[in-house]
Amino acid sequence: MPSYNELKSQADDHWSQLTNGDEPWIRIGTAMCGHAAGAYGVLNTVSSELERLGVKARVDEVGCLGICYAEPLLDIQKPGGPRVFFANVKVEQVPEILQAYLLEDRIPESNILGYLGTPAIQNIPDVSQIPGLKMQQRIALRNGGIIAPNDILQYVANGGYKGLRKALFEMQPEEVIKEVTDSGLRGRGGAAFPTGVKWSFMVRSPGPPKYILCNCEEGDPGAYNDKGILESDPYTLLEGMCIAGYATGATNGFVFIRHGHEGPINRTETAIKQAYANGLLGKNILGSDFSFDIEVSLTGESYVAGEETALMEAIEGRRSQPRYRPPFPAAFGVWGKPSTINNVKSLSYAPEIISNGAEWFSSIGVNRSTGTAIVCLNGKVNSPGLYEVPMGLTLGEVINDIGGGVKNGKNLKMMQTGGPLGGVLGAESLGVHIDFDEMREAGAIFGSGGIIVIDEDTCAVDITRNLVAFTQYESCGKCFPCRLGMEQLLEVVERIAALEGTNKDLQLLKSIGTTMEASSLCGHGQLGFGPIRSALQHFEIDFTTHIEEKRCPTGSCLKPMIAPKNTRPYSNDFSGQTMPLQINI
Amino acid sequence: MSSQDDTLREQIREAINSQAKTNVNVLSSLHAVLDSLGYIPVQAIEEVADHNSTTINEVWGVASFYTNFRFSPPRENTVEICWGPTCHLEGIQEVIHAVLEDLGMTDEGDSEDVSLRFNTCLGACAQAPVMMVNHELIGKVTKEAAKKRILELRKDE
Repeated sequence: MPSYNELKSQADDHWSQLTNGDEPWIRIGTAMCGHAAGAYGVLNTVSSELERLGVKARVDEVGCLGICYAEPLLDIQKPGGPRVFFANVKVEQVPEILQAYLLEDRIPESNILGYLGTPAIQNIPDVSQIPGLKMQQRIALRNGGIIAPNDILQYVANGGYKGLRKALFEMQPEEVIKEVTDSGLRGRGGAAFPTGVKWSFMVRSPGPPKYILCNCEEGDPGAYNDKGILESDPYTLLEGMCIAGYATGATNGFVFIRHGHEGPINRTETAIKQAYANGLLGKNILGSDFSFDIEVSLTGESYVAGEETALMEAIEGRRSQPRYRPPFPAAFGVWGKPSTINNVKSLSYAPEIISNGAEWFSSIGVNRSTGTAIVCLNGKVNSPGLYEVPMGLTLGEVINDIGGGVKNGKNLKMMQTGGPLGGVLGAESLGVHIDFDEMREAGAIFGSGGIIVIDEDTCAVDITRNLVAFTQYESCGKCFPCRLGMEQLLEVVERIAALEGTNKDLQLLKSIGTTMEASSLCGHGQLGFGPIRSALQHFEIDFTTHIEEKRCPTGSCLKPMIAPKNTRPYSNDFSGQTMPLQINI
Repeated sequence: MSSQDDTLREQIREAINSQAKTNVNVLSSLHAVLDSLGYIPVQAIEEVADHNSTTINEVWGVASFYTNFRFSPPRENTVEICWGPTCHLEGIQEVIHAVLEDLGMTDEGDSEDVSLRFNTCLGACAQAPVMMVNHELIGKVTKEAAKKRILELRKDE
């Protein structure tokens, strides 16, 4: 196995060949966002056009630069030159772009976004100065759109594995935990629990085996930052998991991803194979005494699988239904062994925290929310994207300065944050800072980072019925307050949306909701009333207009909503088969 | 047992046995069968139970819980439409209604040549509304674009 220094020097040579070799380097963002915008069509056309023009170039699929609104993004770097970006590229525009820039050394005007790096190019914008990039401070996503997620040398060339190397050779496990604790890093999955403290729980648990479980279930509609990291730079996660493993004395890791999310799954599996091939996973990592194995584990489609004990059930191959606690995972986790569960984002910060120190990380952000927020900005906003920004920006700065304001010149009505179990905030909350505690006080949560912008044309009842339909559909069915409560909440909300609600219905919602909060087994039921409560808190008028005036204030509820209506077990398709019974004693 | 049944069982066993993982269990085996056949035939329930030394009750319990499993062969084309909040705001309901009408259906399920599913989030919210046709994500989809894509599917056949 190569030593770190050998690997680094090989990686540096590779990188200089890519950026300053004898052929242009073309990078195309093919993460889910680029994919949906048509990046694969662009990629195929680039390959066929290069052949037709007889031009040799290296073409890499990369992840996400954050500016989703500019996808598909075509990035061409000539040897020794800056990167030149073409935005919103259509398949039919590819031949002209390649012909002009590669053969005629001329920059075609259409689609040009600008250049990045040196030397500067006159007359086109410097991409680093556009708000979508200028206001970002990328840590977990530092390599997004820059390195190919299937080339570990590109990661190493950009500082990869410096953190793990420092941890393994210069720090004791307890020093690693102290560094992460001192950095103030709080879990980015939603609960915002201090990551270093969580790690410390498992240190004294007996092993081997002990497990680090990385949660990339990410079922929140409106959030795609975990998948974004895996598609852009899975290595930072793998390195972060190794650091967590070293700190806690763990022996194995699982990356838990939803079946069907092919981009994140394939890219993570490729990264794991390359890490093994280079001695960065497996026995005696980087020649140290530390050994660690990582494998991808797939869950079926189930939102509750993201709950930490349900996740362990799914890793063991069963229904993803939560367990009773205690015992807690740090003592009794997957297969009854000590386990620590972290979100992708939390683990992906670890390499940079160790490399640059706790002080550096805690200097970013505000109050008890240190570091960056990875925001999935979407909905009725001009420039949606995946923006990693310092904690402490206001919602207004994110939506207006980065996101370019509300689409079509409409007024902002609401911001839905923190996923379907989060809440909505009104336009008066634009001054609220992205800070875990401040957002909670404002009546919403930052959660996993989704911010859905909603304009004045949408009724609060309409968005609420969509969120409640989701939480009802995803109730795992184990505990009855959630299973039955969700169904009743949905029934009442749909009744109100259909202008058939009565004066008693709002009280009924509160009564069902507070019962669920008090008596459900896991966060799904406990928080399930959240979206309704916050909608009532800020937009009760929308509900009462439906009930008292028998009309929808915006008309958006009048369109019928089709959504799957099921409670688990899901049984739409047994094709007339009855489940055979088998009793084993 | 018919030879057809034997062939199917052979395929199922091959899928289950070719899992290159240390963590092989009921759920991973069901996924292996789903990836190989596109559905979970009743024989797979038995084979997965055998392979994992558990009961068919346990396997049915898992298979019926996760919404990505189906129990009859999928049609030639698969269409998934996202109904998450962002797609909802951006007008996915119109797309859903148009697609259902085109396929002569009233709910998710199978038409003669298309298996249609509603998905809670396809992960490309910045390009909402989103649908997926035969694993290809299509962003900013309109009802016209959706209808056109479905028409193309039928021409391809």
